Amino acid sequence: MRRSKDRSIFIALCVAPAAILFFIFMVLPTLNVFRMSLFERGAYSPTETFVGLNNFKVLFQDAKFIASMQNTILLIVTVTLITFFFAILFAAILTREKIKGQNFFRVIFYIPNILSVVVIAGIFSAIYKPENGMLNSILSFISGRDVMILWKDQQMVIISIIIAMVWQAIGYYMVMYMASMSAVPADLYESASLDGAGRIAQFFQITLPLIWTNIRTTLTFFIISTINMAFLFVKAMVAKGMADVGLSFMYAQKDAGLYGYSMAAGVVIFLFSFLLSAMVNKVTKRDVLEM
Amino acid sequence: MNQKNKSITAEPVFKAFIYVVLITLAILIIVPVAWVFLASIKENSEFYGNPWALPAGFYWQNFVDAWNSASMGSYMINSVIVTALSLALLLVIALPAAYCLSRFQFKGRKFLNTCFMAGLFINVNYIVVPIFLMLKDGDVWLKNLIGNGFFLNNIFVLAVVYASTALPFTIYLLSGYFATLPHDFEEAAYIDGAGYGSTMVRIIFPMAQPSIITIILFNFLSFWNEYIISMTLMSSAQGQKTLPVGLLNLMQAQQSSAEYGILYAGLVLVMLPTLVLYICVQKKLTQGMTVGGLKG
Repeated sequence: MRRSKDRSIFIALCVAPAAILFFIFMVLPTLNVFRMSLFERGAYSPTETFVGLNNFKVLFQDAKFIASMQNTILLIVTVTLITFFFAILFAAILTREKIKGQNFFRVIFYIPNILSVVVIAGIFSAIYKPENGMLNSILSFISGRDVMILWKDQQMVIISIIIAMVWQAIGYYMVMYMASMSAVPADLYESASLDGAGRIAQFFQITLPLIWTNIRTTLTFFIISTINMAFLFVKAMVAKGMADVGLSFMYAQKDAGLYGYSMAAGVVIFLFSFLLSAMVNKVTKRDVLEM
Repeated sequence: MNQKNKSITAEPVFKAFIYVVLITLAILIIVPVAWVFLASIKENSEFYGNPWALPAGFYWQNFVDAWNSASMGSYMINSVIVTALSLALLLVIALPAAYCLSRFQFKGRKFLNTCFMAGLFINVNYIVVPIFLMLKDGDVWLKNLIGNGFFLNNIFVLAVVYASTALPFTIYLLSGYFATLPHDFEEAAYIDGAGYGSTMVRIIFPMAQPSIITIILFNFLSFWNEYIISMTLMSSAQGQKTLPVGLLNLMQAQQSSAEYGILYAGLVLVMLPTLVLYICVQKKLTQGMTVGGLKG
């Protein structure tokens, strides 16, 4: 009897701190996001007035919000496509081909993923600097005349963000695909090449179908993490308000003291990411092949 | 036969092409990072010439200036404190919780496990505003009560928030490992008369060392590099800041007064610890990554 009481106390002591902190700093704020989206809150006083769905009504007519969501969608599509293409190509090369210094390449490609987005923004500000920047000086050298592209100006800024985000993400997804590709048994490739299948045929008929589950998972990752990373990049790289994405719009409303409005934007972005992931998941559903 | 011959002659060309592509990508990653390291020892006047020129000499003054006059030194100390404190807090809280949640049967276990799993999908970028408002309201309440705020602009509260938001991922990783251990270990310890607490600390935790190291690595990187929560909760202009936020302010100020040398020295200060750690443990990190997790 004593033993069972000891056991209950022990379990309570172990679990309670984690459960309490998790509740205060994650569950409660999450519920608050949804609750506050229905309220208007004074910037200087914590009084709240219920406004129903009014925040959402205003939001869907806010041209700035629409533009920020368009930027978000543009980034999700382009960053995912480019990163996916290169990551899976390099993963296939590094797992299938006998390459000297395989590990060296893997280590190097993963470096951007361990750097803070602030550091990446700093690195890319040196790359994008209009005069004496790395990129413009290379372009000048290649074209033989002075190139002065303003990479962080209105027309180019989205492209600049895409380049930086792809630079950051390739290594992460490559390592991910390499892990699942190395689980594909080698004798499948051997028998395929005896049957006369070339590298490309092998890739599309063996590698791709067998790691399909993993690809589907990473597509969901791509959607969720592009929404989040785009916010971090825009916040660190771009002048305020020049090219907002969904979450940076939300954050700007918070800075302006429009807390309820900001949370309404948060709810919309969250639902958007959820629905998009579900949709992509459904579209990419295939029968799973056994290895 | 004919076809085989053809593929053999094409082979070296294909191999060479692969190497060219791989090396190009490696250069695209290394060169910008290395460039920042070289730029951090350049004198300010060198930034107006050819960007590819090597530094004229070792101009260490950049680091001295960054450390002292740009307050990077005190930001660095703040970052070290916040990171160390949140890691310690996280381990003390998450280890016992993960142990109980994965190895004991009790009422509410399933519910808690589901909650923590769901927590994996909550992203801090969404909830940073409610957390900020909650702490702000707490400060207003405290000010009326004792005349002083406590929650905002406090690196200890920041560490608690970091540790709390890392709980779901950490518990998920650790539970996965604890669940694989056979129950014989505990039974033997109980027969020898060990209590629950000492069994956990002396027998189970030492066995979990590899996964403990993995979670320390991942969380070190995310705490050290984090800047959105830190920027929001430590927003006072004269208050303490963590290194990434201090650097971001320096970058934004740098647009008016061009102090490039100090800026790049600051960048080096932020990324050096993560790079050194990465070089020491890169194998663990790229392997551990596949066990779990969604970044960002």
